[in-house]
Amino acid sequence: MTEAPEGYPGEGFFSTRLSDVVGLARKNSLWPLPFATSCCGIEFMATMASHYDLARFGAERVGFSPRQCDLLMVMGTISKKMGPVVRQVYLQMAEPRWVIAMGACASSGGIFDTYSVLQGIDQVIPVDVYIPGCPPRPEAVLDGFMKIQDLVGQESIRRRNSDQYKALMNSYGIE
Amino acid sequence: MALTQEHIQLRLSEKFGDLVSKFESPYGMLSFEASKDQNLKVLQFLYDEADLNFQFLTDITAVNYPDQPGRELAVVYHLHNLKDNVRIRLTVFTDILSPDVFTVSKLFSSANWMERETYDFFGINFVGHENLIRILNVDEMDYFPLRKEYPLEDQTRIDKDDQMFGRG
Repeated sequence: MTEAPEGYPGEGFFSTRLSDVVGLARKNSLWPLPFATSCCGIEFMATMASHYDLARFGAERVGFSPRQCDLLMVMGTISKKMGPVVRQVYLQMAEPRWVIAMGACASSGGIFDTYSVLQGIDQVIPVDVYIPGCPPRPEAVLDGFMKIQDLVGQESIRRRNSDQYKALMNSYGIE
Repeated sequence: MALTQEHIQLRLSEKFGDLVSKFESPYGMLSFEASKDQNLKVLQFLYDEADLNFQFLTDITAVNYPDQPGRELAVVYHLHNLKDNVRIRLTVFTDILSPDVFTVSKLFSSANWMERETYDFFGINFVGHENLIRILNVDEMDYFPLRKEYPLEDQTRIDKDDQMFGRG
């Protein structure tokens, strides 16, 4: 069970802000799209399995089509050749969409300080939450996921139409 | 009768004379050098002769020796005789200014991708290859990264986020 948002309760009705209700619904039914390229993906499998059980947070349904999902989880080293693929997957997702960069490689290139590796996926797509670690433990993934839930729950339903958001997208060359 | 290294060396020397040289056996694997315009002929000979029968190409790679003028790039072929389970290694050297080596992709289809990879990282121009383009690196790359021409860390890089590494 989740907490009800702030509002005015009465006999047979409850009034509150639409943003809060939408946020509540969204944050407890995120559909993650795992983009797993290396060892962080293995750690994510442990996170999805019964012991840590990401399903407790409403993320039971891991989708493998970007068109259905609203949370892109990039887990692992992204080479420069893979960069356009990550970007393509991101562009195929419908708004609203969020991104987690899991692990040192996705966040910054990690130990791969080399010509062939993208030095952090935030060079090609905007990232909401970075999970540090090499690889992060499942607890860290859950913590990062809860940070995403906080962002999703508090997000105004108008944010994606704001000039600020459009400027952010334009800075990545996304219309 | 098992296929011995002495026999392979004898057969090659009979056929090619001085064009094959430097026979040695590091860690028990027969290795030798051929002049670079003979690579296809040597491989074809090793492939066709019934007593040699080297019909599996395990690997093609290259090595850069920057301090050997005129012989900076070595293209290395690893061959396997699956019947007798014997492996040998053939090296051809080439000048880095004209790194043209004949393709062996007509003889071994598996050489197609391996030569593309060797081109990608060392810039060996495999003459006659039908599709010699980059395979692992991004298409826009304008250098051959495994040549020993670059400092360990490129100071002019702009894709590195120094803040992440405490050097900002």
